[in-house]
Amino acid sequence: MLTFTLRRLLLAIPTLLVISLVIFLLVDLAPGSPMSEIPLTVPPDVRQRMIEALGADQPVFFRYFLWLRQFFWVEPATLFDSWFGTSLAGDEQRILSWQSRSPVFTIIGQRIPQTLTVIGTAYLVAVLIALPIGIYSAYRQYSFFDQAGTLFAMIGFSVPTFFSGTLFIIIFAVWLGWFPTKYDTQLSVTDWPSFLERVRQMVLPVMTLALANAAAISRYMRSSMLDNMGMDYVRTARAKGMPEKTVILKHVLRNSLIPVVTVIALGIPSIFGGAIITENLFGVNGIGAALIGAIHANDIPMVQTLAFIFAILIVLFNLIADVLYGLLDPRIRYD
Amino acid sequence: MKLKTTLLGATCALAMASAAYAERGADGEVKLTFPQAVSIMNPYLSGGTKDIWASSMVLEPMAGVDPEGNLVTKLATEIPTLENGGISADMTSITWKLQPGLLWSDGSPITADDAVFTAAYCMDPAGGCAQATKFEGVASVEAVDPSTVKVTFTGPKPNPYTAFVGSLSPLLQKAQFADCLGAAAPTCTDANNMPIGAGPFMVTGFTVNDTVSMAANPNYRDPAKPAFATAVIKGGGDAEGSARAVMETGEFDYAWNTQIPPDSQASMSADGKGQFVVAFGTLVERIEMNTTDPSADLPEGERATAKHPHPILSDIKVRTALSKAIDRSILVEVGYGEGGKPTCNVIPGPAAWASDNEGCIAQDLEGAKVLLDEAGWKDTDGDGIRDKDGKKLSILYQTTVNPIRQDFQALIKDWWGEIGVETELKAIDPGVFFGGDPGSPDTFQKFYADVEMYANNSDSPDPEVYLGQYQCKNAPRPETQWQGENINRFCDPAYDALIAELSTATDVPKRQEIAKKLNDMVTKDSMTVIPLVHRGTLSAHSNALGGVMINAWDSELWNVADWFRVK
Repeated sequence: MLTFTLRRLLLAIPTLLVISLVIFLLVDLAPGSPMSEIPLTVPPDVRQRMIEALGADQPVFFRYFLWLRQFFWVEPATLFDSWFGTSLAGDEQRILSWQSRSPVFTIIGQRIPQTLTVIGTAYLVAVLIALPIGIYSAYRQYSFFDQAGTLFAMIGFSVPTFFSGTLFIIIFAVWLGWFPTKYDTQLSVTDWPSFLERVRQMVLPVMTLALANAAAISRYMRSSMLDNMGMDYVRTARAKGMPEKTVILKHVLRNSLIPVVTVIALGIPSIFGGAIITENLFGVNGIGAALIGAIHANDIPMVQTLAFIFAILIVLFNLIADVLYGLLDPRIRYD
Repeated sequence: MKLKTTLLGATCALAMASAAYAERGADGEVKLTFPQAVSIMNPYLSGGTKDIWASSMVLEPMAGVDPEGNLVTKLATEIPTLENGGISADMTSITWKLQPGLLWSDGSPITADDAVFTAAYCMDPAGGCAQATKFEGVASVEAVDPSTVKVTFTGPKPNPYTAFVGSLSPLLQKAQFADCLGAAAPTCTDANNMPIGAGPFMVTGFTVNDTVSMAANPNYRDPAKPAFATAVIKGGGDAEGSARAVMETGEFDYAWNTQIPPDSQASMSADGKGQFVVAFGTLVERIEMNTTDPSADLPEGERATAKHPHPILSDIKVRTALSKAIDRSILVEVGYGEGGKPTCNVIPGPAAWASDNEGCIAQDLEGAKVLLDEAGWKDTDGDGIRDKDGKKLSILYQTTVNPIRQDFQALIKDWWGEIGVETELKAIDPGVFFGGDPGSPDTFQKFYADVEMYANNSDSPDPEVYLGQYQCKNAPRPETQWQGENINRFCDPAYDALIAELSTATDVPKRQEIAKKLNDMVTKDSMTVIPLVHRGTLSAHSNALGGVMINAWDSELWNVADWFRVK
């Protein structure tokens, strides 16, 4: 198991390098310019000087290797410096966003907490809703509950978040006035009322995202349960006279969870990736909103860094899912 | 008489009441929301309107511009003019005097050195200053004494109100930015995000592309202002969401740039929680005609250059017919509602600078057909499309991806279809269209299409620079790496001569007369540009917020110090 993990980790290094180059070239070759948001009243020669000041006129491979060096050396060194008070990074330039001229990792650091709380809560809520629905739908297949669950999943699957989110805003914020439409990112939780305020502003985005996520997970859970319920060992368990609760929740559920755990684990990188549409809609200043803003502004350093971090997370969680498989199912061993 | 006295008394009482209430920080918090979040608070490093408006609450220039287009003092004691000696008789220098006792928000005095430093900061070629045009033609900026700044130009400057005027050109604090000159400018993250200013507010917290938190500046020059103790600008989302947060849920007091469809405007206004305000500047949505041949059969380097005149659009009758077929009032109704007006001018305002040209407003389909007949375009094969010498009257019409522009394209295609013109539509990603990448065939400068639609404006009430765009030398072409503002490749020696005359004319009515003539030359006389809609910027404010005076000539937040809570 350990050698398997190590081998996979080593293999990840060339994979990630290739990914970083591909992302860089894709982002760089995509049409557009960091100056496209500048008003037309700014004349061409001024634009040209602005581009030069950003370093955006340098050859593409020069910029790629500079970025690699900044990502793998300057940024970790800066982090190390800030922890231990050393001066490894010296005066070297960190990765700067073209749009805001702020270090990219400072921006990510500002935004990760919002993304983790909002998107993470939504994911957790989605799992907590989806698992019982999936289990009960499978247990009472074709019952009224199962049909209702299917309808719920269909709605969750097919209604895009920009629609459901706007619908929730109109119903719960405009008509009923229960929740705010804009997320106040300056709110710090210090006491009970401010905690309630935080919960209140999280309700709408969490609801929107949980609906979309729960739909998929509940379907996986249901079909996995159905697969297992027809198995011989279930009949054996029932024949032994075990109570129905034990049969379903101990035997069937445990075995059915294996594929579902993979699905859930593979979904976790998307928590870090944020939710582009939902974050934008509710003004949550998360990673997703940062990514789409950077794409609009052709802010290559920001897009490149974020996309590469997502790539790392996806590679990592694939590995974690594979390892978890082995732990959950003793039949699967990699050695 | 009695009524008049009563009214007078009431007015006085009101004035007294508001004076009595005026106390710095008495009105709590004012909350603003921008659909695009603020990225940086230093206007010299960003051309983005969102950043400039936000920074205008913190940084102040010598003088600003009021909603009527007149100069108003900010940090200066008075507006320098020829009469008061502030502008030298030969118009080569302007002298600004700072008000006595001005302090930065950190308590240190504002001196002429700060202005000298600001000029050096923006004029450093390695700094990539976005407002470099404000300092164009400036030979030197010097401190005559600690409160007097003299700006000397390389030659006579009829409009010297560029440097240190308006929210694009405020004063920076020398002490804070001293290490940020030239190539170091982008690396000064803290200074760029939280500049120390002389404005009514100072930055207390900044999260990139999200929120700016501000507090009343304790050293603001008017001790009674601002009325609000704190201010917040929350960014992100879209225009609809911002408008909703002010007009429907009342979470915010002010929303900038709430350009939403006319029917949504009406339903949100009906809620009665707030109102839309619109500022008409010089922004004009227009169709630009290509005077050169964009045909793909031509070799690269000759395509869309002055070497090959346009086979169809070189005829003014065709250009006029295309303009006549358009019903601009319907375009306004469909696309902009309160936020737009039909126009025939490239310079639609200020009123004193705008030509009285209104000939294009009424749609004239029959007249358009007659013109095309006269030009020799007739439908000989009966397929509904006119042709001449075996060539069809077919046009490629491009613009950016934008719902309103796609509506406009569809409507205009219909009207042109009625007069027998076939139209092919193309929509390009705005990042590419405005990106200016010389390698891309889809930039608006390259203009590989017959006509294209976008909006442009003058950044000052005096349109000299803006009209200068249509000079021959500004045509984008391979030699200039396809850069240049003369999109149409319009070239008229008489126009260039008139521009030269404008640049030396000092008498304002004379300048206005020349500007009108120039405007007419590119619009009704040559039909090179077909203006469609004079667009305003639509913003929304809650009824609980008082003092808002929307401004098209300077920052919309130019008088934020005077805003107050309606109780």
